[in-house]
Amino acid sequence: MTTHTATASQTAIPSAKTGTWWFLASEIPVFGGLIASYVVLRLGGGGWAEAVSHVNFSLGLVNTFLLLTSSMTIVMAFAAVQDNNPQRTGAFLGLTVLLGLGFLVIKAIEYSTEITHGFVPSSGIFWSFYYGMTGLHALHVLAGISVNLVLWVTALRGSLAQHSYRVEAAGLYWHFVDIIWIFLFPLLYLT
Amino acid sequence: MTDAAVDPERTHHHKLGFWRTYVFSTDHKTIARQYLTLGLLWAIVGGLLTYSMRWQLAYPETEVPGWGFIAPDVYNALVTMHGTIMVFFVAMPILLAAFGNFLIPLMIGAQDMAFPRLNMLSFWVFATASVVLLSSFFVPGGAAAAGWTGYPPLSAKAEYTGVGWGMNLWLLALALEFASFLMGGVNFLTTTMNMRAPGMTFFRLPLIIWMELTAAVIFMLSVGPLIAGAVMLLMDRILGTTFYLPEGGGEPLLWQHLFWFFGHPEVYVLLLPGLGIVLEVITVFGRKPVFGYRTIIYSTIVAGFLSFIVWAHHQFVSGMDPRLAMPFSITTIIISVPFAIVIFAIIATLWRASITFATPMLFAVGALGVFIFGGLTGIFNGSAPVDIYVHDTYFVVAHFHYTLFSAVFFGGFAGIYFWFPKMFGRMMNEALGKIHFWFTFILFNSVFIPMHLVGLRGMMRRIANPMQYEFLKPLQPLNQFITLAAIVLLLSQIAFVINVFWSLAGRKAAERNPWQANTLEWSAESPPPHGNFATTPVVYRGPYEYSSPEAADDWLAQNQPLVTAKAARQ
Repeated sequence: MTTHTATASQTAIPSAKTGTWWFLASEIPVFGGLIASYVVLRLGGGGWAEAVSHVNFSLGLVNTFLLLTSSMTIVMAFAAVQDNNPQRTGAFLGLTVLLGLGFLVIKAIEYSTEITHGFVPSSGIFWSFYYGMTGLHALHVLAGISVNLVLWVTALRGSLAQHSYRVEAAGLYWHFVDIIWIFLFPLLYLT
Repeated sequence: MTDAAVDPERTHHHKLGFWRTYVFSTDHKTIARQYLTLGLLWAIVGGLLTYSMRWQLAYPETEVPGWGFIAPDVYNALVTMHGTIMVFFVAMPILLAAFGNFLIPLMIGAQDMAFPRLNMLSFWVFATASVVLLSSFFVPGGAAAAGWTGYPPLSAKAEYTGVGWGMNLWLLALALEFASFLMGGVNFLTTTMNMRAPGMTFFRLPLIIWMELTAAVIFMLSVGPLIAGAVMLLMDRILGTTFYLPEGGGEPLLWQHLFWFFGHPEVYVLLLPGLGIVLEVITVFGRKPVFGYRTIIYSTIVAGFLSFIVWAHHQFVSGMDPRLAMPFSITTIIISVPFAIVIFAIIATLWRASITFATPMLFAVGALGVFIFGGLTGIFNGSAPVDIYVHDTYFVVAHFHYTLFSAVFFGGFAGIYFWFPKMFGRMMNEALGKIHFWFTFILFNSVFIPMHLVGLRGMMRRIANPMQYEFLKPLQPLNQFITLAAIVLLLSQIAFVINVFWSLAGRKAAERNPWQANTLEWSAESPPPHGNFATTPVVYRGPYEYSSPEAADDWLAQNQPLVTAKAARQ
């Protein structure tokens, strides 16, 4: 099966990039719907601030730093793959994967402490949103880690250079996951 | 324009085995045929459900022949599954996936979709969704029974409807279906942006492509909140969260907003491809250019924008802030303006056209008439004061069957009869097609015109036994008439089934361009081989140059150079 066609690309943007952007455009309303629901219900009811005081702010802050750093490392991986430097690409992709895994480990620690303290998904409307939003976000982090892991293995084999656009597309997605967290962190930990 | 001869190594795809050719194919045409087949099979299931529902309404608490006695909770499941199946598993795969997949690469002059493997994946995710939904009929507690709109709190706890896993599987099937169509949408948009043949500018695209693209954009931007909403509903059911349960601080109305923020644009996701098919068919069988090509495109885009700000007209009686009713009434009335423009453009195209009433044309004109009727009752429902009176009655049921049946079945059949020669390489039987149309058209109206009357007299949706209500008893003869007409309507679809198999088995091979149409798919073989075109077509003009005084024939294909070199360069 050939993937290239004789038909010239008409927008001068590679299809992988266009496709990723359209995919992200459809992902934004998913979290948009969740965030809007959270805001509307929170404005309409009381007792939320008390529930928020039970989440672990420090671990959330550490996680924010981990994700922000990983956004930087995937950009550096893209720069490296454009420089045709497989070692550097592999190193930065590996670092991105590790930072993502670190985020998930800390999230799991948070969940287990909260659950042992009795704050489970059925503990009230704030906890419904807390587990719903962070859980859906964590699934996206997991998806991003899987993609980055595949690219990392490809980079270690030295066959990523001719597919540098894949790192760019993965980077777009990873930034999106990061940006969603930038919205979730203040909504769920700070207010 | 350069002569874009195609590297022969790229077009001569090597022969693939049975599985890669017919099952796990990456060829957009095979995937389109798979979607069409699965959609039509689901239409049979959805149709059979109406048979038992209608029998129960006409002769309550009697045994349905060939089905058995229907308990009220089973009736709820029938209503729910009929709506779910017809909207998500018939209309979406046929109108959006089958026609979009088949037509987009062929009409823009591409060899395939931009992401063929993603395309295959999207079909198989949809097939998985189909299996999940079908299996929900057979789990303990039966299939989902909270209505196709799945309103909580009814849907949020198993004990309210008595449905346990059926509802969870329903949510899972919808989630898979949405994922599948998101992949499809990414493919549609990227393909049209990047794979157009030389000369195929955006304003030379056939209108059906514009309609499919607009539908894809509307779908992709509106379905997200419902995906979030479905996750929340599933969490309410499985993890005990309280998103929609007031006792835990939740809000049942939240689901209605999330559902209809998608649910109303979804109407246009189905309607636009139907209108696109009607436009393609009437211009070919009217031998006349489409009236107001650009106006139709702009109207479509405006309608797409407006479709995002009308959703709460479904909630006039839901306990929503009444101050919101007026703005949503106004936007709802406004959205009829772009659609009226498209309808007038269609009528203007028919004006003084030299019309041939072949089967596709009959269905296209039928779709037009039925849709106008449905659009007019939509104005009733859109204005809050009238809607409060008719809400949740059979008037609303009749209204949305007029709009959706016109797009999905009249439009869909027009498309199938029109592109069948290209899809399968065989001509369909005209006589059987005409019988199919006239029976469908007359019986459809016999079912749904009386349904308006039943609704205006106050009969509610989703009740299993109208005879329980004193004021509905005089309506029973009308209900029995509707049921009789519905059964004959279902039976008359056999003419279509016979026609399909007869034509496929028949020897009447289709030529390349049996309808003498202009668009690019007709310049490929019937059916087109893997890779579609022997050489990449070069496009010289828009899609609707019929009866042009410059051309010798009454049609002028998009890739046909005019005799004079000067004219060809323009």
